[in-house]
Amino acid sequence: MDPSIKSTKEIEVLKQVLPLITSHKDRNSVSQVCKDFYNVERCSRTKVFIGNCYSVSPEMVARRFPNIRSVTLKGKPRFSDFNLVPENWGADVQSWLQVFAEFYPLLEELRLKRMTVSDASLEFLATSFLEFRALSLASCDGFSTDGLEAIATHCKALTELDIQENDMDDVSGDWLSYFPEDFVSLEVLNFSSLNSDVSFDVLEDLVCRCKSLRVLKVNKNITLEQLEKLLIWTPQLMELGTGSFYQELVPHQFRMLEIAFEKCKNLSTLSGLWEATSHNLAVLFPICARLTFLNLSYVNLQSAALTELIAHCSNLRRLWVLDTVEDKGLEAVGSCCPLLEELRVFPAGPFDQDMNYGVTESGLVAVSNGCRRLKYVLYFCMQMTNDAVSTVVQNCPDFTHFRLCIMKPCQPDYVTGEPMDEAFGAVVKSCTKLERLSLSGLLTDLTFEYIGKYAKKLEILSVAFAGSSDLGMQLVLEGCPMLRKLEIRDCPFGDAALLSGLEKYESMRSLWMSTCNLTVNGCKELAKEMPQLNVEVIKDEENDEVADKVYVYRSLAGPRSDAPPFVVSL
Amino acid sequence: MTTPLEHDYIGLSETPTAEVSLENMSETNKNYVLNLKETELRLGLPGSVSPERKPGNVVPFFGNVLEDVKVGSFKNFGSGAKRGFSDAIHGSGKWAFSTKSDAEVDLAKASVEEASVYGNTLKPVEENKRSPQNENAAAPASKAQVVGWPPIKSFRKNTLATSVSKNADAVEGNSTSGCIYVKVSMDGAPYLRKVDLKTCGNYSELSSALENMFSCFTIGQCTSKGLPEREGLSASRLMDLVHGSEYVLTYEDKDGDWMLVGDVPWNMFTDSCKRLRIMKGSEAIGLAPRAMEKCQSRN
Repeated sequence: MDPSIKSTKEIEVLKQVLPLITSHKDRNSVSQVCKDFYNVERCSRTKVFIGNCYSVSPEMVARRFPNIRSVTLKGKPRFSDFNLVPENWGADVQSWLQVFAEFYPLLEELRLKRMTVSDASLEFLATSFLEFRALSLASCDGFSTDGLEAIATHCKALTELDIQENDMDDVSGDWLSYFPEDFVSLEVLNFSSLNSDVSFDVLEDLVCRCKSLRVLKVNKNITLEQLEKLLIWTPQLMELGTGSFYQELVPHQFRMLEIAFEKCKNLSTLSGLWEATSHNLAVLFPICARLTFLNLSYVNLQSAALTELIAHCSNLRRLWVLDTVEDKGLEAVGSCCPLLEELRVFPAGPFDQDMNYGVTESGLVAVSNGCRRLKYVLYFCMQMTNDAVSTVVQNCPDFTHFRLCIMKPCQPDYVTGEPMDEAFGAVVKSCTKLERLSLSGLLTDLTFEYIGKYAKKLEILSVAFAGSSDLGMQLVLEGCPMLRKLEIRDCPFGDAALLSGLEKYESMRSLWMSTCNLTVNGCKELAKEMPQLNVEVIKDEENDEVADKVYVYRSLAGPRSDAPPFVVSL
Repeated sequence: MTTPLEHDYIGLSETPTAEVSLENMSETNKNYVLNLKETELRLGLPGSVSPERKPGNVVPFFGNVLEDVKVGSFKNFGSGAKRGFSDAIHGSGKWAFSTKSDAEVDLAKASVEEASVYGNTLKPVEENKRSPQNENAAAPASKAQVVGWPPIKSFRKNTLATSVSKNADAVEGNSTSGCIYVKVSMDGAPYLRKVDLKTCGNYSELSSALENMFSCFTIGQCTSKGLPEREGLSASRLMDLVHGSEYVLTYEDKDGDWMLVGDVPWNMFTDSCKRLRIMKGSEAIGLAPRAMEKCQSRN
């Protein structure tokens, strides 16, 4: 503790209270009260969340917070998920690890999203932190299963290994065999996104001796027969990601599997399935009533199969499905899941022109009719109408996240032929708690006028192929006081729009604009007016004056030193 | 403001829908969506799986970040092109952006100039569309897709790409479907289609469905002699029925053998059919005896 802090009553109380305050937003608020509060807070903080790895340097973090045990770091702009950010852009974790090794030798948790992580970094991590417990890698790139070997080998106290949807080299499943025989501490194991085969014997052994395992998500290569053997060891499981549900089971096997599932009294989350037959799905019926989160987004289910399954899932709060279930499947969801708060419908074959299934506006309306508590929707569809969206938000005014993706760019209301302005107008007018909005369809500046006027709690806005003029972007920048992240692609916003932001960008985490109407000069102007912002430009390949991709973010660390040659810091 | 109506990226649908006025749009909407499938063209040898592309199709995406394709208008905006963005979208209704081939640019213009009148949009484009098919025109090499759209993570894209195509081919009885999609190829035709066997209750419905897709072919009247279908048709009768056409409808069954369609009761057929091929008659001759034997050995 900093000896300069006056030991007053307030400080004593604060010291007692602070350990209970875990939200970083709350802690940030506490730290702004006065210098003493700032100092007490910074010394007692054990978890730090860094939403943009370039907003601050690792040294700055280490200087301010001496006692960190858990770090969450996010790197690349979100549009990198969709290949809009070139390779080798940056966000390498190594420089962070080196500082952590020096200042946080007792680091326990590292959660990375959209960072570049090499195998060498993973080995460095595994060998530098003796108390290391939890590793989560989501949408990262640069590593392979070799790196996982290092983690398994060296992290004696590991409780969590969560590998989610990374761009990694899946060389072999041997890594699982690197956990020592006396290793028993695992609580979370997720390797569902890895395709290479792991040794089932090794897995079974591991699962059997890790008595505290509460999350187990295996990959699709694990058969139902093998799953049953695993479940016998894990009646305490809370979250399960199964292997393939396709195996043909004789009645005896079916019954054993059913019993194994029934023994998992705490199972509330289910995912995986991969390929499922109706017959096999029935093995889940007895436990469906316990489920609060069902992730079917990687299994091709038709409406009949979903209808049958969902009829048992009366307690569901979150559901992710593929659009193979069609509107009919969604109608069943509306009928059976009155407590539903989150729905995500992903397209099964967005690039496959042969597939003519999918969901339409009527599916969404059906869900909204039955699920009045909906707060979060992500909906990929082929067509939508203004009326349908209006109906949906009238039914469900509590939306905090409304992400609609009409898959053909610039698609108007297919019934009236009008732009989808009124749809999103309805959303922002009805849903006063809206925090996140993703737009699609044919949209004019009117949409942005509505957003600027009504979406007062909006924090994240994603825009693509929308708007008529600079005014659109300006209206949002001027009208949305809580805006943190604005990501825009393929819109007619030019330098004037960009420059209408200025101070606004200081109150935001970041702005991304690609394939809009920006020039390098316009960006230079911004950089000149706002020296405390980082303005990074990737120029158009053919025209040096065109700013093809622009990333603007506030930073305490100044322009980054690791920018690749194609990224120009202005 | 006259806003352009229903701009699908193919730019057309079957003729019946073309006549439909705005007011009826919602009722026929489903048909429209289904018809899209019918009008989709693919190139490739029969039986081959075409890569994702839209040969000869209008792709009215703006913000056209087409891979491999030089984008005409949009990218030029930034370089100070005077044309306003909004012009490109609303004013002139110039939805479609140029792609490689001139033929497609013409297509684009055709569809775009009449953008505001839905019905008119379709016919000219439709006509243009047929010709590449007959000429066996080579598809442009470009993938007519916008980079990073729809916004789906690569991981999900890659995972689903393999599993969905697998499921589409799987016609085993334990599929969780309401649909049995099988690929249909036709010798000499530059495209592949898919037909849902579940929507055809019998051979004659299948025949009509295929007729719509490949209009130069027919398997004739399956029940011309008034025989109930569950008795099946002899292979020879099927050959007889193929009148005026050199083509025969065949299918690949679960065992990988090619059989003549019409041989077995409908339900047995849908259970075992993995794909269909409209074969030239001359090639099919050898099939007949095998089919009969197989049929007999089953019974």
